[in-house]
Amino acid sequence: MYPQPFRYHRPNSVKDAITLLTELGEGAKPLAGGQSLIPILKMRMDEPSDLVDITRIPGLNSISTDNDLIRIGALCTHAQVAMSEAALTIPVLRDCAGGIADPQVRSLGTIGGSVSVADPSSDWPALLFVLDAKIVCQGPEGSRTVGIRDFIVDSYTTCLGDAELVTEIQIPQPPANSGGAYIGFKKAAPAYPAASVAIQLTLDDAGKCKEISLALGSAGPKPIISADAEAILKGNKLTEELLKQAAEKLVAESSPPSDARGSAEFKQEILRSLFLKTAATAINRAGGSNIDGTHDYV
Amino acid sequence: MSDAKETIEVEITVNGKSVRREVEPRLLLVEFIRENLQLTGTHVGCDTSYCGACTIILNGEAIKSCTLLAVQADGGEVLTVEGLEQDGQLHPLQQAFSECHGLQCGYCTPGMLMSSLALLAENPDPSVKDIRKRLAGNVCRCTGYQNIIKSVQSAAKALQEG
Repeated sequence: MYPQPFRYHRPNSVKDAITLLTELGEGAKPLAGGQSLIPILKMRMDEPSDLVDITRIPGLNSISTDNDLIRIGALCTHAQVAMSEAALTIPVLRDCAGGIADPQVRSLGTIGGSVSVADPSSDWPALLFVLDAKIVCQGPEGSRTVGIRDFIVDSYTTCLGDAELVTEIQIPQPPANSGGAYIGFKKAAPAYPAASVAIQLTLDDAGKCKEISLALGSAGPKPIISADAEAILKGNKLTEELLKQAAEKLVAESSPPSDARGSAEFKQEILRSLFLKTAATAINRAGGSNIDGTHDYV
Repeated sequence: MSDAKETIEVEITVNGKSVRREVEPRLLLVEFIRENLQLTGTHVGCDTSYCGACTIILNGEAIKSCTLLAVQADGGEVLTVEGLEQDGQLHPLQQAFSECHGLQCGYCTPGMLMSSLALLAENPDPSVKDIRKRLAGNVCRCTGYQNIIKSVQSAAKALQEG
């Protein structure tokens, strides 16, 4: 399969990339790792006139941490995030990054590309929702920082303007006694998940839930959240019964499509049990347990 | 409009030899390898980044060459299955796949070999779980994987014993 012909550009700075994208107009698309875009082009779901390859731009592929923030450059690959220092202290990053597709795809695919595509089945959006991530964007008007929940507008739709690029993903450092987990359910490693659950929570000294954030992936046009489900759990001891009640609320908000990965009913059934499994890991991690990864796709 | 040319010159080191070609930007790396360089050991399976038959090593990492443009590999170092054999001697991985019956039809084998090579470069003594995880992006429809895992273990042993 070949994409439609296009012209290819390889700028060396973010500024040059933005200038090029502005000049070339709406037929031009930025290209990062290509693990979403190239399949889209091969299937002729998009036919850009120009591709602006941003992968050689220096300074966009490092991860730094300080007391407040983890800053992940947009061109960091999933493999790089999975093996980072940040993933050692926040293992939910490894759950997600290390479970995306397979080793070959993780070596090329980037976190910035993934959020920019906003595929409703992709792994990053649900996790970034619960980690309250911020997306740093740079465009002709300058730089701005947008919360992930405002950044992802709809299925395959972000708030990115013309010639605007994602340059960094910022994740606030979780407070003490926090834990998270992310599990995607899929038939084989290279597949997109049929359903996924992301949870991040903080316990108080009595072991009650102080803060909690929940999101479902592959369960609607963008990650599914439920204030009702979070309200059931917040301030309480996270018993299985309470978690089951929250799962019902959350699943009721979901609208997974019936497709090759399963019927809507099947996916909602999976989401229920996946939620309980993910919550158990998040609670144990918040309590200090060292749980390396949540799942293996083999 | 831009002054971008319809074709672009790329220079890629393939199996130790530098090659220069004028290519269309839309040319996939796997087609560059197979059609332009006539190195047909790298296979096209699903052509959708699923099966891993087109796996090659680019700059030290296993990647799926059906989902990368040749222009993206410009300046890079590529290793294909043809680069494994040295001086008429099969690579220990190839020897082990042969001895342990790690293949039947052989279609997935070039990709399996390249993913295994990346694994052993990083982890010379992998567990069965390490092997399964690393080969999770390579599909085989004949063997049931058991003999592939045995092959990788056998090659790891042979390489360690030198």
